[in-house]
Amino acid sequence: MAPPQASAAQSAPPGPDGPQDPAAPPAPVLEAVGVSKRFPGVVALDDVSFTLRAGEIHALVGENGAGKSTLIKILTGVHRPDEGELRLGGEAVSFHRPHEAQQAGISTIYQEVNLVPLMSVARNIFLGREPKTRLGLVDFRRMHRETAELLGGFGITTDPRRPLHTLGIGTQQMVALARAVSVRARVVVMDEPTSSLEPREVETLFRVIGELHGRGISLVYVSHRMDELYRICDRVTVLRDGRLVHTGDLRDTDRVRLVSMMLGRELARVRKEAAEGHDDGRTPAAEPVLTATGLSRRHLLDGVALDLRPGEVLGLGGLLGSGRTETAKALAGALPLDGGDIEVGGRRLRRISSAAAIRAGISLLPEDRKAEGIIPGLSVRENIVLAALPRLSRFGFVSRRRQDRVVDIFVKRLRIKAASPEQKVGELSGGNQQKVLLARWLCLEPRVLLLDEPTRGIDVGAKAEVQTLIEELAAEGLAVLLISSELEELVEGADRIVVLRAGTVAGELTGGDVTEGALLTVLAETAPDAVPPQGGPEADAAPEPGAADVPDEAAAPGAGDVPEPPDAAAAPELRKEEDPR
Amino acid sequence: MKSLAETAPPALAGPPPPLAVTEQPRPGGRQRAAELLQRQGVLAVLALLCVVSSFVFDSFATLDNARGITIQASFLSIVALGMTLVIVTGGIDLSVGSVFALGGVVAAWASQYGFLPALLVPLAVCGAIGAVNGLLVAKAGMAPFIVTLASLLGARGLLLALTHEGAKTYLVPRGSAFQKLGGGAVWGFGYPVLIALALFCLGGLLLQRTSFGQGLFAVGGSGDAALLMGLPVARTKVLVYTLSGLLAGFAGALNAARLSSGVTIIGVGMELDAISAVVIGGTLLVGGAGSVSGTLWGVLLLGVIQNLINQIGSLNSSYQSVVSGGFLIVVVVAQRYLSASRRGT
Ligand SMILES: Nc1ncnc2c1ncn2[C@@H]1O[C@H](COP(=O)(O)OP(=O)(O)O)[C@@H](O)[C@H]1O
Ligand SMILES: [Mg+2]
Repeated sequence: MAPPQASAAQSAPPGPDGPQDPAAPPAPVLEAVGVSKRFPGVVALDDVSFTLRAGEIHALVGENGAGKSTLIKILTGVHRPDEGELRLGGEAVSFHRPHEAQQAGISTIYQEVNLVPLMSVARNIFLGREPKTRLGLVDFRRMHRETAELLGGFGITTDPRRPLHTLGIGTQQMVALARAVSVRARVVVMDEPTSSLEPREVETLFRVIGELHGRGISLVYVSHRMDELYRICDRVTVLRDGRLVHTGDLRDTDRVRLVSMMLGRELARVRKEAAEGHDDGRTPAAEPVLTATGLSRRHLLDGVALDLRPGEVLGLGGLLGSGRTETAKALAGALPLDGGDIEVGGRRLRRISSAAAIRAGISLLPEDRKAEGIIPGLSVRENIVLAALPRLSRFGFVSRRRQDRVVDIFVKRLRIKAASPEQKVGELSGGNQQKVLLARWLCLEPRVLLLDEPTRGIDVGAKAEVQTLIEELAAEGLAVLLISSELEELVEGADRIVVLRAGTVAGELTGGDVTEGALLTVLAETAPDAVPPQGGPEADAAPEPGAADVPDEAAAPGAGDVPEPPDAAAAPELRKEEDPR
Repeated sequence: MKSLAETAPPALAGPPPPLAVTEQPRPGGRQRAAELLQRQGVLAVLALLCVVSSFVFDSFATLDNARGITIQASFLSIVALGMTLVIVTGGIDLSVGSVFALGGVVAAWASQYGFLPALLVPLAVCGAIGAVNGLLVAKAGMAPFIVTLASLLGARGLLLALTHEGAKTYLVPRGSAFQKLGGGAVWGFGYPVLIALALFCLGGLLLQRTSFGQGLFAVGGSGDAALLMGLPVARTKVLVYTLSGLLAGFAGALNAARLSSGVTIIGVGMELDAISAVVIGGTLLVGGAGSVSGTLWGVLLLGVIQNLINQIGSLNSSYQSVVSGGFLIVVVVAQRYLSASRRGT
């Protein structure tokens, strides 16, 4: 099950004496009492109460759109509640600005924007509390020194003067973390801090959380990853559709129950769909729709070759830095190549560019949907039809009726949850944003769909839905390339897996070989020389934290976010019950 | 109490894990060159232009000519300084031209009551206009373009009302201290030039070396992030528009002192010159990056271009706008290209 650390972390006594004594829980530090918040068209929070006790790590869970971020923004002074009140150390408070909450000792890593991309790392960390010289000017020398020290403690060595945007997303997230914990806080709030972190960065995060916890600081922790929650959290609060569903000790709540509370009665349906998707025995066509040979780019790719058949899901496995994302980008014409050929439907692409790839029917759903895809300020409709506008227009005029029809189809088909097609995409949950992006590319009626980490950072329910969608799309004859760091997702979703190592194809799993065990064996073999300078940490950083410990029984339950094993058994029965026709 | 650190597994309590180096390759030479060029590009162009012109025109590289160029540029530079700060926050201030003229007329009127009133009254009036701009932008959430366009018209209207539609001209008393402020000189360089230089030094310190300046970059770089980081975003915006108003008014007052009168029709289109100078100086129009030194070079570059066109003589001085306009486009295109190569694409 959970890694051995979990038991130790959980048995750490939350209070001075009677850790298990429910009669005398530690005093609450921060409370929300009967809080409601409405946005135009949505009730984001409906009479929710939340109590953070001194010294605890409190998990806040719920599907995307459940209201977790909104609750956090209310606790930290970004939004003001329409009803209800906040209490800090037992006394009613109201924060008018984030600044006031920070003054009160609440430090937060928000889910979306946290830092200023154009400013240097050091400036970001010290913004608003810069060290001063005697003349009252900013002391950059000290600032850079302290930044280097601070980041060093996080295992990051980078020039403090570098503009933030030149760092990877994971490192940026670590900088945000460094900023949040370097202020003197009694409460630290983290809204999905791990969604863009690599496994070893997650370890660093946990170490930091352990240190904060050791200092008696209380934490609110939002994550979709069950492993993480059970490993570090003491108590849990579950939200669903803006309402409080459950709050209590995490130890007393097992995973399946937690997931079913998050999903509500939808659980049965999600399971059924997931099971259905896997049942239909698709037979991929024999002729590949896409054939790539010798894809090369200095330092990144070295002669990658693969083919994709209509109706199949091809998994692309490999450790970090093995060239998965680069391969997908290359296929989509988004990475300039030094050499290589791409053939689509038997015709060779003469110039490999994004436009050529799209014309040939290749669509890429990029890894970083915030930076490379979604336009938060535009509506769901506008985001969906964006790429298809040329097709939907005649003589330059765009027919609104045709747009609406297309959008309507996709909103229904992909089960996009939005108040209306005119809602701004920025207001949707991560899972729904991902579906909007998917819809945008599906509008183009592609023949090949490249999905780079399509379920990263979205919750269990949405994840199962996206996985089901992928199956369905393949069943309809699309050729799908699936990249995922989660072994389980890859093995479940793919019919065939190509494993990369240092920019070359290291192996291929087909048919009965598509198992986590086999995949791990290939990965394990390739690990030492995959990234020579970082062999050690990389080997530990096999995509699943739990899996690395037990390479032989990789399929051990709990290796992924969705508790699959019980589902697999239960699913067929559920299906019969719910299908009376 | 048993702390977590004691019971925790090695992963939580141990020293930092074996160096998880997250460093990415340092910016390459090309990238660094691009960075330098973006920051100091105007200066290079300015220097080049001066060197070439001093060979081509005999009368260019003379002390007198330098005095002329700098005094001409000093007023615009003070206005552009305020504009730089506003643009760094991602805003724009279209009202500076009108405010400049208003400051001049108010100063000329107040100069009859002495030196201090002649300085403080325009500062108060123009600072107030800036503050109103700031409040409307920051608190009412209106677009800076609209707000300052309205105050461009408003300030111009106020000015016409004060001067009875330009019929009345206020004169600065001859020989007064205020008049000396505009007309005096050290080694032939007018006081306004020295004052502008001093203001740029202060402005540079303010922008680069104070918390307030860091806040300006943050607000321009990402207003949401700045707010979430607990910066006083609204206050920062109010202050920056107030500063812009103050500087424009002050420049107007200096100009009135130099001309010995408040001129109504002055300052029309000045906001556009100021914006051009700021952008040519490498400040991003979308905010979040920029420098006051760049603006200074930008203003001087515009001044030198005008001077050269005057030197050529046969060219109508209207061509100055054509050349500056062309230059602006070159700079913006170059900026685009440079920032693309800085991202390492
Ligand atoms: N600023 C906003 N304007 C309008 N609607 C919003 C805004 N922020 C959140 N929402 C809506 O409130 C609901 C809860 O969102 P959120 O708190 O972000 O969920 P979670 O963090 O649990 O995924 C969603 O339906 C979302 O669309
Ligand atoms: Mg959220």
